[in-house]
Amino acid sequence: MAVEIEQPSVRLSRVAVSETHGEDSPYFAGWKAYDENPYDELSNPSGVIQMGLAENQVSFDLLEEYLEQHSEVASWGKKVSGFRENALFQDYHGLLSFRKAMASFMGEVREGRASFDPDRIVLTAGATAANELLTFILANPGDALLVPTPYYPGFDRDLRWRTGVKIVPIHCDSSNNFQVTAEALEAAYRSAEAMSVKVSAVLITNPSNPLGITIDRPVLDEILNFVGRKNIHLVSDEIYSGSVFSSGEFVSVAEVLQSRDFKDAERVHIVYSLSKDLGLPGFRVGTIYSYNDAVVNTARRMSSFTLISSQTQQLLAAMLSDDEFTKNYVRTNRERLRKRYEKIILGLRNGGIECLKGNAGLFCWMNLKPLLENATRESELKLWKSILNEAKLNISPGSSCHCSEPGWFRVCFANMSEKTLEVALKRIHNLMENTKISLHNVISF
Amino acid sequence: MTQARTPATQSDDDTNQPTTSGSGGVTTAMRVIVPLQGVVQGRGGLVLGSLIPCALFYFLQLYLKRHRPSSATPPPTPPTAVAAEVSSPSALHRVHSRSVISPRGAHVSSRGNSIARQSDGPVDIGLRKVSEDPYDSATNPDGVIQLGLAENRLSLDLVRDWLAENAMNSIVAGDLSIERIATYQPFHGLMELKVAVAGFMSQVMKRSVSFNPSQIILTAGATPALEMLAFCLADVGNAFLVPSPYYPDLDRDVKWRTGVEIIPIPCRSADGFSLNAIALDRAFTQAKKRGLKVRGIIISNPSNPVGNLFNREILYNLLDFATEKNIHIISNEILAGSTHGGEQFVSLAEITDSEDFDRNRLHIVYSLSKDLCLPGSGVGVIYSFNDNVLAAAKKMARFSSISVPTQHLLISMLSDTVFIEKFIQTTRERLGRMYAKFVAGLKQLGIECIKSSGGFYCWVDMSGFIRSYSEKGELELWDKLLNIAKINVTPGSSCHCIEPGWFRCCFTMLTEEDIPVVIERIRKVSETCKSHS
Repeated sequence: MAVEIEQPSVRLSRVAVSETHGEDSPYFAGWKAYDENPYDELSNPSGVIQMGLAENQVSFDLLEEYLEQHSEVASWGKKVSGFRENALFQDYHGLLSFRKAMASFMGEVREGRASFDPDRIVLTAGATAANELLTFILANPGDALLVPTPYYPGFDRDLRWRTGVKIVPIHCDSSNNFQVTAEALEAAYRSAEAMSVKVSAVLITNPSNPLGITIDRPVLDEILNFVGRKNIHLVSDEIYSGSVFSSGEFVSVAEVLQSRDFKDAERVHIVYSLSKDLGLPGFRVGTIYSYNDAVVNTARRMSSFTLISSQTQQLLAAMLSDDEFTKNYVRTNRERLRKRYEKIILGLRNGGIECLKGNAGLFCWMNLKPLLENATRESELKLWKSILNEAKLNISPGSSCHCSEPGWFRVCFANMSEKTLEVALKRIHNLMENTKISLHNVISF
Repeated sequence: MTQARTPATQSDDDTNQPTTSGSGGVTTAMRVIVPLQGVVQGRGGLVLGSLIPCALFYFLQLYLKRHRPSSATPPPTPPTAVAAEVSSPSALHRVHSRSVISPRGAHVSSRGNSIARQSDGPVDIGLRKVSEDPYDSATNPDGVIQLGLAENRLSLDLVRDWLAENAMNSIVAGDLSIERIATYQPFHGLMELKVAVAGFMSQVMKRSVSFNPSQIILTAGATPALEMLAFCLADVGNAFLVPSPYYPDLDRDVKWRTGVEIIPIPCRSADGFSLNAIALDRAFTQAKKRGLKVRGIIISNPSNPVGNLFNREILYNLLDFATEKNIHIISNEILAGSTHGGEQFVSLAEITDSEDFDRNRLHIVYSLSKDLCLPGSGVGVIYSFNDNVLAAAKKMARFSSISVPTQHLLISMLSDTVFIEKFIQTTRERLGRMYAKFVAGLKQLGIECIKSSGGFYCWVDMSGFIRSYSEKGELELWDKLLNIAKINVTPGSSCHCIEPGWFRCCFTMLTEEDIPVVIERIRKVSETCKSHS
């Protein structure tokens, strides 16, 4: 975003003109292509299919049904006292009823293996805000967070842009299915030290975006031991914890802490949101759950910058306290996501494409290494462009997720109808066919 | 890209952290330097008051750098360190030694700490007292009466009635599918809401000016709107000039996470607390001397806490000044709809319509919570004439975006122009009545207020009742008012007023019947104060 300033003109800040918002990467460029030519089954069947947006639309009907049956919760006017409570002063504590409901839902999503205290819940307008807020609290400008690669492209902006904090990658690769290792942690820490940069925290996403896998328990133990040794914080972004395909496969850091009797827990903070698991990104609901009192208090005050409207809190408080609804939703959503996942995996496999074996999330991590001219970022981007321009599919290249191994792509499958998914798979098949033909021609020469 | 700090400042922060092994030495140093700074400032002015502690600190850093132990565990911070920060230059501003959060725990950033410590000023204490023992005319007549929150309850009944009749239809039924309310929408607000807000702003300002929806960024409240502008217009260590007294939360909104400073432009009762051109110029020059780059001026119009309006002449002077110094102007107009006197409100937007100024330096902040009695819905507005600011703010909006269902509800409400017109009018009438009654009541006690044409409060002169003409005296009176009279008012010192004895009293959380109760309570306390002096 080059800023052409005519003289004399009033200046903007470095933050305002910096590129750290990251919106010039291919991750966002693909979105632009989609915006300009969006696929529609009827009106624009040759448009770009959006597979770069991790949004969950598979369980909309359940939400719709709930809202229809409980329309009074969507409004304010049920009781006069309820109205006053909701309309008036925006207290950054948030509605107690909503925090209770969130705590209960978070426990539900972890199948009762962990419980949450409503007084440790701080509300923010989305996980985006939660991650930024925690970064402001845990790190000074110039400090660093260690983040395993590949990671969600938005982190470059959310964690760094206004905070002035750096990200130092913890490199992971396919040799062990991209799991974090003790060596990788130490190597990342050392490279920060070499740059004279102070490390404030490790930030993990579990289940992982873009990998679509849960972190193994021994790895969580390793990470917890590591942050303890270095006397730093751990942020666990668990926004996909309700999007695990099979019950029992997700281990939250909360569970591990519980099994350790919460020893040394004050360095751990969990980020959650309703945007992915509940398919409600438009509601802008995120939370910080911290085991550290000072962080809770500070985060609460800081949440003045990112409040959730009382009306939304009230509506969700009712919905999430409805055990019947939440139990059914979590179970059904999981089922449907798993089915979608299996469908896309099968479809890709039939086209000769393999993916990382995933068990969670709204996307799969696709391996297109065999199609690369060279094992380089440039080749990957070239391939990405041709998929966008020829197959008209917007998928996310691994390099925009800072993956050190070229050739991987994140493909979202939950933000569309099944029919659209089928169309997308067909286009991939066609692309593979054409590629094979051209490869064949090259080889036979 | 990232805000890389210069090596000097980086080591400032690194080595300013007293370590356990050296804690004795450094904490002692702090205990020496901080009072020293105060003493020197008192007599030698800002320059000496800064130079000497600066010099001491540089020597200290050199010492620490050479003797820094390998593992740093943070020791306790003497509380005075934070208090001193308010008047020290930016180099020392970052002396928040990392304090102990948990005994051996990982430390938290200086940003995190600075707020953890500032929790017990009069504003917070007052709010706490009210929440513990809130006044209710029927059920708790001896409770603490809230006059410390600039919140408008006068027309809550109108809003409640509208919602009871319309709310359900506006969100769930009709043509609003789940896709439209649940999915990702532009973070800077639905265009429909921007259009509705633009119309409302114009309505509230009596159609003196019209607003372009494409110049609007919507945020979850005025607080993030102000912070976003601070992020866009100033770098870490830069400053904004702000006429004082100003409302307490502005410090948080503009300074906390941005690392930007506020330099007050003191306004005086002799001028009716309106902005004086000489004071403005002096403040700018002083900032320069302190090595602080001023990036803009932030005004609130109507002003909070004083309640006066900026007239055309002052606004033109401001524009001239901003042009001459090549800086921005932010006009916080969130109380524009709460004018109740005869004086006419003039928006910054109106001025620019008719003159040939560089609009790139002009930005307005607005909010629906004050004028629409709906703080719970948190809608803030950035209105800028600068495309680059709009572009940056659009991207920042993702951190404070408004719930989509709430946006739809507001679209519905704001589009009901008949209701809105009636609402604005009724609110104005009620405000005017309450203001007149409150001022009259105070006058009976011999207490004067600054004549106000807007806002939810009176800026009250109680300097006649304070024992010593100082901040200490003022806070003693504030304490009496809170704990004996059991009314929570905001002391002028919390608003950075340089003249002691002024208090902000919000009357919009009261009913007309409550006013005599408040006056009576003040009378009792004022009598004990009079008998002292």
